[in-house]
Order: sequence, then C-alpha cells, then structure tokens
Amino acid sequence: MNEAMDLKYVGTRPVRPDGTEKVTGKADYGADISRPGMVHGVVLRSPHAHAQINGIDASEALALEGVYAVVTVDDFPQRDTISINRRRYFEQIIAGGKVLYHGHPVAAVAAKSADLAQRAAALIRVDYTVLPAVLDVQAAMADDAPILHDDLYTDGVNPPPKGPSNISQVTRISKGDVQAGFSEADIVVERRFVTPMVHQGYIEPHACMADAHADGRVSLWCSSQGHFGIRDMAALVLGMDTGDIRVVPQEIGGGFGGKTIVYLEPLAIRLSQKAGRPVKMVMTREEVFRATGPASGTINTVKIGAKDDGTLTALHADLVYEAGAFPGSSPLGAGAMCIFAPYDVANVRVDGREVVANKPRVAAYRAPGAPQAAFAGESVLDELAQQLDMDPMDLRLKNAAKKGTEAAYGPRFKDIGFVECLEAAKSHPHYQQALKENQGRGVAAGFWFNGGNNSSAEVHVAESGMIQVVEGNPDIGGSRASMALMAAETLQVPYERIRVRVGDTDSTGFCNTTGGSRTTFATGMAVITACEDVVAQLKQRAALTWGIDADQVDWIDGEARPMPGVNADLEPIPLAKLARKFPQTGGPISARASLNAQGPGPSFAVNLCDVEVDPETGATTVLRFTAIQDAGRAVHPDYVEGQMQGGAVQGIGWALNEEYIFDDNGVMENAGFLDYRIPVASDLPMIDTQIIEVHNDTHPYGVRGVGEAPIVPPLAAVGNAVSRAVGKRIDELPLSPPRVLALIDSAE
Amino acid sequence: MRYESPATTKEAVALLSKEKGPAFVIAGGTDLLVRMKSGLVEPALLVDVKRIPAMTTIKVMQTGFRVGAAVSGAELGAHKALGKAWPGVVEATNLIGSDQIQGRCTMVGNLCNASPAADSVPALIAAGAKAAIVGKQGRRTAAVEKIITGPGSTSLAKGEVIEALTLPKSSRRTGDAYLRFTPRTEMDIAVVGVGISMTLERGIIKKARVCLGAVAPTPILVPAAADTIIGTKLDDAALAALAAACSDACDPIDDKRGTAAYRIRVAGVLARRVATIAFQRAGGAA
Ligand SMILES: Cc1cc2nc3c(=O)[nH]c(=O)nc-3n(C[C@H](O)[C@H](O)[C@H](O)COP(=O)(O)OP(=O)(O)OC[C@H]3O[C@@H](n4cnc5c(N)ncnc54)[C@H](O)[C@@H]3O)c2cc1C
Repeated sequence: MNEAMDLKYVGTRPVRPDGTEKVTGKADYGADISRPGMVHGVVLRSPHAHAQINGIDASEALALEGVYAVVTVDDFPQRDTISINRRRYFEQIIAGGKVLYHGHPVAAVAAKSADLAQRAAALIRVDYTVLPAVLDVQAAMADDAPILHDDLYTDGVNPPPKGPSNISQVTRISKGDVQAGFSEADIVVERRFVTPMVHQGYIEPHACMADAHADGRVSLWCSSQGHFGIRDMAALVLGMDTGDIRVVPQEIGGGFGGKTIVYLEPLAIRLSQKAGRPVKMVMTREEVFRATGPASGTINTVKIGAKDDGTLTALHADLVYEAGAFPGSSPLGAGAMCIFAPYDVANVRVDGREVVANKPRVAAYRAPGAPQAAFAGESVLDELAQQLDMDPMDLRLKNAAKKGTEAAYGPRFKDIGFVECLEAAKSHPHYQQALKENQGRGVAAGFWFNGGNNSSAEVHVAESGMIQVVEGNPDIGGSRASMALMAAETLQVPYERIRVRVGDTDSTGFCNTTGGSRTTFATGMAVITACEDVVAQLKQRAALTWGIDADQVDWIDGEARPMPGVNADLEPIPLAKLARKFPQTGGPISARASLNAQGPGPSFAVNLCDVEVDPETGATTVLRFTAIQDAGRAVHPDYVEGQMQGGAVQGIGWALNEEYIFDDNGVMENAGFLDYRIPVASDLPMIDTQIIEVHNDTHPYGVRGVGEAPIVPPLAAVGNAVSRAVGKRIDELPLSPPRVLALIDSAE
Repeated sequence: MRYESPATTKEAVALLSKEKGPAFVIAGGTDLLVRMKSGLVEPALLVDVKRIPAMTTIKVMQTGFRVGAAVSGAELGAHKALGKAWPGVVEATNLIGSDQIQGRCTMVGNLCNASPAADSVPALIAAGAKAAIVGKQGRRTAAVEKIITGPGSTSLAKGEVIEALTLPKSSRRTGDAYLRFTPRTEMDIAVVGVGISMTLERGIIKKARVCLGAVAPTPILVPAAADTIIGTKLDDAALAALAAACSDACDPIDDKRGTAAYRIRVAGVLARRVATIAFQRAGGAA
C-alpha cells in the first residue's frame, strides 16, 4: 500500500445513511414487521435441565378456539436423515428424545394472539423423566458424571475412547519444545483462571415472521447477522431447498456473534406452513438469556517461562471450554490459536478440551474464544512483569510478533501493527498519569485473525447519476457507511450521491454472514471491484461519445477527461451527463462482483486501564480506559472508534459484573438485565481510542477487520489493574465486589 | 381489568373496598406494571391516584412537610425547601431507577411495594416520617416503620390507601443521609442501604435514628446502633461502635445479589460513611 495514497472520501466521518431512520424510531427491526392475517407463535420450553421426553400431548391446546397449529420434533422428519453433527445442531432448535437444558424448546404454538398462544402452550402435556443434571464443567469431566449424549465420544484422542464422555473434543497446538523452553527459563509463572458464561447482551431480542406461500415457497423476515446463513440453516432443519426460502433482512439491534444462527426461524416457518397464515415470533428477554447462545465459561491454566531479561522461552496453556448442551459449539480452537499469537516465542504448546454440560448451547460472541484465553495469558504475563520488575509494555515489546514471525498456529505474519500499538500505548499520555492510593494500572494485548470469505455486490448508475450499491451483509456496525465511502472513493463521486442497500436473498448475490470482522474487508472488496468495472464502462462511454479510444480517457473527480495530449481540448463529461445519456451509449450502466476474499490482515489491540478499588467494599471503579488498535485503514474512523469503544465496554462488563448464575437445578437465576449486569453509561469513563494504521496490502485501501480485536484485551486489562490496585492476583471473573473484598482479605 | 382514576381519596377508597377481585392503587406503576407484565399479579381493578389533588402536591406546614402519595421522584428532587430540610430522604428517592423512572416513581409506591431493598424507606424511617392513611373507617396515622411487615406485604387493610407522607420540621442542627451499595452505579438494587438522621446540641449528637435496608426481611430501625453515637462527637470509637452495632443487627440472606457475610460487613462500612455525612449536615465538626 502506498502510504502517501491520497484519499478523498475514505477516512472521513460523514453521517451514517441509516442514522435518521434509527434515531427517529422508524427503522424496521425484527419484530416490526406484520402481514394481514398474521398470527403469533410462542415456544414451550423445558422446565428441566436434563430429562427424557416420554410423550407430548397437545390435544387440549389445539382444542382452544383461535389456536392454529402446534409443532414438535415430529413435524421435522428431516431429523432422521441428517448427519449426527447436523442433528445436534437441529436438536438445539427443537428437542428430540431428551431436553438438555432449562429453556430447551420442546414445542411451538401459533394462535390468534401471543397471550392465547402462551395459554395454549401451558396446556401441552409433556411427560418427562427427570435425569440428573451436570452443571459444572469440572463435575462434567468426572468419570461417574451423568452423560448428556450417549453417542458422544471424545474427538481427537488416540486410541479412540471406548465409552461416551462429556469431553467432546481434545485439541493441541504445538511449536518447538516447551519442556526445553521451560528448562532454559530463569523464572516460571503459572496460574489457573476461571471465567463464567456470559451473554452478548444485544438489545434486540430474536424476532422473525414467516409466511408460507401456497406454492411451497416461504418468505421470512428476520434480523440476523447473515440472512443467507439463516436461509441455509432453516432449509437444513426443514428439509427444504434453499432456493425456496427467501429471507428479507430487517435492521438488527446488535448481534455480536449471537445472531449468526437460527432459533425461532424454522419453528415459525413450520408453524406458518401448518397454520396457513403468516406467523410472527418474538422472544422475551428472559428467553434470550435462558435459551440463546452465551459465550463459553472457561477454566484456563497458563504457564510462562522467561529469562531474567524478559525474553520468553516457553508458553503453555491448558484450556477447558464449556460448550453448553451441544458439542462442537465452543470456540475452543480459536481460543487456542489466539492466546499466544501476539508473541514471537520459539516454544509454545496449547492443550484444549471442550466439555458439554446441561446449559444453553454456546454461540459466537465477538472474537469467539479469544477474550477468555487472553485473560489467562495476559494476566500471567503481567504477573511475570511484576516478578521481573519490568515495565509490562517493555516485556511485551521485547517479545512482540512482527512481520515474518511464525505464529504457533501456523501462518507467518505479513505486515502487522502490534509493535506500533505497543509503542503508541507506551507513549500515550494515559500511561504517564500518576496513580493514587488504591488505584492500579492494567496493560493487556489481544489478537484476532479477521475473516475474508465470500461476498457479492452490485453497483447501478441511476439516470440522475445517483449510485445504488446493493450487497448482502446486514449492517451491524456502520458497514453501509463504509461501503458508500469506498464506492465514493473508487468512483470519485460524493458520499451523498451513493445509496447502499442490503438486499434480500432473492435479490442479491451470496454473502457470508456479517461476522469474523469480514464485511468491510471482503464485501468492501466486492463493492470496489464492481465500482472499478463501472469506471471502466464510464470511460468507454465517454470514449464512444468523443470518438476516441477508451484508454485515452481518464476518470477524475467524477468526470471523464481526455488524457493530456492530442485530445486535451475535449470538454470533460461529468457522471450525471453520462448517466442521462445511457440509452445512446449501450444501455443501463451497472456492474457486479462476486469474490472469495483472501488475505484479511489480522488485527492487534492494546488496552490501558486504570481502576480504583474501594478497600472496604471491594467495588471497582474504572477511572481511565484507552484502547489502541491497528485498523489497517480506518474507512470511517467514527465507526472504527465505535467498535473499539463497544468492545472495551463489553469487556469491562465481562470483567466486572457479568455472569450466568444457575441454581442447583440448572435454572438461570438472573435472566434479565437487572441482575445480569452489563455496564450502564454511568459505570464507565469515556473510552479513549487511538487508531493505528498499518495498511493491509491485500485490500485496495489497506483495510483490516476491526470489530472483534477490541474485546480481546479488556478482561485482562481490567484484571491486571485490579490485581495491581489491591496488591494480589485475581484469578476468577467477574470481579464482583464480594469477590474482590474476599481477595483483599485473603492471606495470599 | 378495570381502570379508574377518581378525583378524591374517598372515592379511591370506595372503589378499592367494593372490588371483590385483586384491586391495586397505581401511582407511578414502575413496580406494579412490571409485576403485571411478568404475570405475578392479574388485577381486576386499577385505581390511578395521579388525578387526586391531595396526593399530587407537596405542602410546607408549621409542623413540617406533607408529601402527596403520587408526587414523583423528579418533583420531589425539584422541591428546594424539602431538599434543604431532608436531603437524605430526597437523595434516597432520587436514587431510584433512572431519569425515566424518576418521572413516574413515588415514595409511597416504593414503600407499599414492600421490598426489603426499597431505597427511600430507610431514609424515611430515619427521618421519622409518618403515613397518613385513609380507609373505609376513616383516617389514621402510622409511623413508616410500621407499614412494611415482610417482603411484599404491608399493614394496610383492604381498601386502605396512603394519601401522603409527613416529615417533621427539621432544624439547622438536624442532618440526614442515605447511601446504598450496588455493584452498578445506576439501575440496580441495593445490596445494603443505610439511612441515618441526627440532631446535635453543642456539637454533640443528642438524637439519632439509624435504619438499615436490604439486610433483613424488612427495613429495620436499629435503636441499639443509634445509641452508640448518641452523646458522642462521632469520633472514631463511636463510628467503630456504630459499624459493629449495624453489622450485628443484620439478618440477611445469601442470594444472587450478595452473600449474607458481605451484606453484614458492608452495612457497617456504609453506616460509618452515612453517619459522617449526616453529622456534617447537622453542623458537626469533623
Ligand atoms: C427500571 C427500574 C429501576 C428501579 N430502580 C429502583 C431503585 O433503584 N431503587 C428502588 O428502591 N426501587 C427501584 N425500582 C422500583 C420502583 O421504581 C420503586 O419501588 C418506585 O418507588 C415505585 O413507585 P411507583 O409509584 O411507581 O409504584 P407503583 O408501581 O405505582 O406501586 C407500587 C405498589 O404500591 C402500591 N401503592 C402505590 N401507591 C399507593 C398508595 N397511595 N396507597 C396504597 N398503596 C399504594 C401499589 O398498589 C403497588 O402495589 C425500579 C423499578 C424499575 C422498573
């Protein structure tokens, strides 16, 4: 990337195109859509964390006036024809022979009103044999633990296991020789950390409306992170052709990974097919907590060896990730790959286990798996820095991954900005501020891969010269603004002249889900490629008008100009004129691009966090927080900063107060925002940000994904700050006041 | 479900007394509507008291203040004289919820909802507030500490409503304060709450009332804690004795919001901090 590349639109901060509709309350979210004749669906959920279903009798419910349909697993014959892994996914949607967590869907009802549907659901008789539940990961791994899945054999062990187990998976990443590395070390620090299950905390509960048409096709309106993905998953569960389901994306009120999968959609479609009416389903907040994807709770042990001068000689981690009720859902692999990625160390090993328990199935949550692992790794690094009496930033700088470093999980890094982030942090005014009594400063770093994958985009030049961009990625973080800026840059057309629309699955080309911080990078590349094609066509049409060769035409500032030389006296033709004259020059002007984007540059982030701990109550106040991150190139800096701030806030919540609290029967006790404490505005200082730009060469404007790296360091940044404030090492989240007070009182 | 909004307290009492099914007064509705939405109560009758003039005004009288039962937290917070006389009561009420909730919530609703963790109640009890109650049989007055009898239950008889709360006149030598402990700064429920009022004479505490919230089934008035500071200048020994007496008086539960041991400990910590503020407000010298 040419550092001096002069960009006119990319890097500016215009108002987002969806802003007005949202702040005036007009934007249509998942629950805002209605159709004539529509009825309401609700889910009957398991009252037990673990039980055998012996039978379901819905006759009383169906006898109620105004009840249109009931569905159970029997309405999904597809179940018996799909592979075991797909069936596990399927059984998350609607229980088969067993319920595996409190809140597991057992049946769904469609009725005239949501109230009536609730009453009808209460009349469905389910005959259960209650089984002992496993709620604790440690207990789930015990030899005599009740087994969730009789057909679950630990994957990744040799020789293959003889009996079923709750340990679903064992993995290992290895580079060099950790034993040798530890024997070289002058100092070794080891500690075990526990993190609880937490929820993404998106504000909009899951909602959808399905309309089954008489010809067998189905329309589905829902808010999700990827309507193509929703279509494909719904088709799988329903045994339908993906082409027969049209999914229309609604505005989305937060997802953070949690809206990449289906919960209600297949139920709504089947209900609509049976009822012969459109069916709307909307979760309550309580349902969102009890039955949608949390992030894995973890038990992670990290051991680090170093020389007296701070050179790291060996890194070892043992990770245990909870999957909830279904195997294969935890982000263990990503955690294992991310934990030590920021460091250039010869000897690295990560061992991992995934464990099932009678809790809701885990789903993706922003940089899935990385925050929990980084919490352990970065905490041990901080403790090591204290023991070496070394500045924690210097310790990281000394061992930082750079261009050419081979990450333990395989790849060799190209241009990356980790050292730049660390240096910016070290010289940041925040790092120089003096601390008072009971205050502490935490430092932590984080890594996220970022994604590429498949994207499509279309660009149409309207008669007026207005540009219409259509793509297929739900906008969860300002991506329409970013697409418009990249289109503006490529076409040299003002931002205000660009309209970006997220098309439904029947109206635009395939796009992978908005996730993995891929959209601005990959879909942006599709938009840029299509815009380049449009520029070529516009030059062609100007050439035709002038009667010269297209390669004699420049496209500058939104107009065709003859290249300097023989034709220099020709009048430039602006876009609007070329657009208006389209019938005379070959028809409508448009282009599209579909691609599988390669080479997303990874992102590194560094956080500084100052806290004050009340020594008498254990309450932690976050005084200052600075997030520094390599964005490659910030297409719209406001939204990059917004991602950095949002990630920091979610990470602070995860560190300080958020946790699932279950009673002995596996019933979540805090299934609401009163007792599931995400931070409120008054809990937080202004989150300061600093964007670093080390361009990613594979993207025309140097973009890296930015959405996920921000949540990787905060858990450790807060934890390290609290540890330094109280003079003792914390090793369990959340840092709720009673826990911190107990630590202060402890003898350690 | 029927909804009525009478213009007098008497009518409200008549409506509530006659109704055979579950009947409720609705003031701000910030407790009641939540309970209705979550299916905990299904009222047959709601009697809205926000159109009753006697309930919507704050009166300054010779003997003190009379705060109508339907006065919102926001209105209370804007009343200068009351804020000057009983800052602890006003601050406690203004801690409830958020700006949106403040526009609706009332002290009487907070009291009659009868949560052990109600924020305004310990401050009201410490201040010596009384409830003016109207029923079929006529009027009566009761000290606020006599209203809550257990979690969710009150001493009000069927058909009885609280028309207003009265606060005594406060002198320059009287000070009150309330603090609560919550993990979050807002939108949270007290893990412990402490309200204290005191009156000084020549720099020495002459009278004091100490009330603890969220550490027992009801807010508790703790005379033994008040005794530890009466006759002192709130020196370190008095503060330590106060903290110990408050911790001793606690009878809390372990729940998702805090352990019993933590509540007992923090009750003492908060009591010291609250007493220090009230002492300064009463003109005491540190
Ligand atoms: C988001 C949120 C945050 C909250 N935060 C807090 C908090 O921080 N601290 C706290 O203490 N509470 C909090 N609450 C609870 C609630 O807001 C308070 O208890 C509030 O004071 C209730 O007042 P209200 O007027 O809205 O009561 P209502 O809901 O109108 O009534 C509550 C009860 O009192 C009865 N009642 C009301 N008026 C009378 C009367 N005149 N005579 C007899 N009975 C009557 C009603 O019948 C009902 O049973 C919160 C609630 C919400 C929704």
